[in-house]
Amino acid sequence: MIIDDKLIDYLEELSRLRLTEEEKEKEKTDLSKIISYVDKLGELDTENREAMSHPFDYTNNFRTDEAKPSFDRELILQNAPKKKDGCFQVPKTVE
Amino acid sequence: MTWETVMGLEVHVELATKSKIFCSCTTEFGGAPNTHVCPVCSGLPGVLPTLNKSVVEFAVKTGLATNCEITRYNKFDRKNYFYPDLPKAYQVSQLYLPICRNGHVDIEVNGIKKSIGIHEIHMEEDAGKLVHDPWEDSTLVDYNRCGVPLLEIVSEPDFRSGDEVIAYLEKLREILIYLGVSDCKMQEGSMRADVNLSVRPEGQKEFGTRTEMKNINSFKAISRAIVYESKRQIEQIEMGKRIIQETRRWDENKDATYAMRSKENAQDYRYFPEPDLLPIEISEEWIDRAKREMPETAEAKRVRYVSELGLTDYDARVLTSEHDLAILFEETAEICKQSKEVCNLITGELMRLIAEARTSADKISVDPEKTAKIIELTVSGKINRNAEKEVFEALFKDNIDPEAYIKEKGLMMLNDDSLVSDTIDEVLKSNPKSVEDYKGGKQKAFGFLVGQTMRALKGKANPQTVNKILKEKLEKL
Repeated sequence: MIIDDKLIDYLEELSRLRLTEEEKEKEKTDLSKIISYVDKLGELDTENREAMSHPFDYTNNFRTDEAKPSFDRELILQNAPKKKDGCFQVPKTVE
Repeated sequence: MTWETVMGLEVHVELATKSKIFCSCTTEFGGAPNTHVCPVCSGLPGVLPTLNKSVVEFAVKTGLATNCEITRYNKFDRKNYFYPDLPKAYQVSQLYLPICRNGHVDIEVNGIKKSIGIHEIHMEEDAGKLVHDPWEDSTLVDYNRCGVPLLEIVSEPDFRSGDEVIAYLEKLREILIYLGVSDCKMQEGSMRADVNLSVRPEGQKEFGTRTEMKNINSFKAISRAIVYESKRQIEQIEMGKRIIQETRRWDENKDATYAMRSKENAQDYRYFPEPDLLPIEISEEWIDRAKREMPETAEAKRVRYVSELGLTDYDARVLTSEHDLAILFEETAEICKQSKEVCNLITGELMRLIAEARTSADKISVDPEKTAKIIELTVSGKINRNAEKEVFEALFKDNIDPEAYIKEKGLMMLNDDSLVSDTIDEVLKSNPKSVEDYKGGKQKAFGFLVGQTMRALKGKANPQTVNKILKEKLEKL
């Protein structure tokens, strides 16, 4: 898989990130390495093998429907770079 | 050229569970921002979600009620997108193995029956709420709704008119409310509909290019949005333009749809299996149990009310038009064993009071025990019909105690025959002309004398008793 400028720009848009030209070049190299590393798996013969959804042979891990107290709002918001009126404050995203 | 509108619906309903889908935070509506939030639903690193069993149970019941096949081996997938309403930057949903498939919901529009296909139903989590902050031109994020369980019910493109869409939504709402799966309050966002719409020349087999209208929040708005959008598409095509596949937003105030910016349209969710949640296996026993536990549907209630309780089809429809009415009816009738009386009180007085108060049946609370008491008092002749209405109105408005209220207002009927007898003597004495008229064969005079007696007793006497005693006395004269 080729990681070109076009793909980098597209990923930038999808992930809502803004990269500098330098960062883009670095990402191109890193992503190419990651993809070729994972591509190794493609060499395996998976013909006639059902896709495995999970490494553990275990199902139905449920929780009973009970409401318990939530966290204190101050704790939830403590790592927010910006907050206002009990909310996380982020750059304008709604019209 | 004649055009045909083709629509498919994606309906999201918030489930009536007590806690969220993957954590124990409450699902209660409202609350100060970010007070129903924990590390799991705010997407902090290192946390693990645990699935709420009721979500699966509700999904299975919904699937059975909409004639779906239930998927025995279920998984969750991650739907990735970067938007601040999702703190994890992905929504846990089901893409590859949705829990229900290939169902149908039957509707009726202007006497014509139609079956609407259900393509699939899947489980997922709701997102948070974004509010624009005009002062600092920023966005404020509240995660109280984030992680509330949702079912997304995806129909086949089987709708050809707005009326069919509304009939389907009403039917779906009825099914879900009677199942106890969701309260389906559009104004609170617990039921939301996205409409996929395209137009094509009548007779053409292929579908036209569709647009999607998102999150329209009332039945009325949905009807209007459909009319607007199909007209817009037809106009575009007739002008020689192409329809662009896009998401459009319905603007309630402008009565128009408009395209969302193309960036928001970028749909590339890069789904992959959710590794943090284990698969779900739904056994035959589970499905059998769900079938046994299925509550009675509105339709079954209507049939039973007519065949077993002898109500009219019309009354049965009114009583089942809202789940709360049907429940009030059944609970009250269970106590006083007077189905017809309870039915009359609900379809008559209660409906009038609801309309007068400009409210709806799901917002009122009328105590079935007290209602039953009022009916018992009326049927046994302790209060008359007018008093019954008065007490019931007081119950509806102020939740009074019927017996105390009757005593306080002096609404109890007279059981004292001697008082009735004495009053009649008075009336006969002071109306000699009428007595003469009656003797002379004028039946009208009898009615007048009854009226005079009732008035003297302030309407609290049993009319039959008055009739009987008056007749005896007149014959003796």
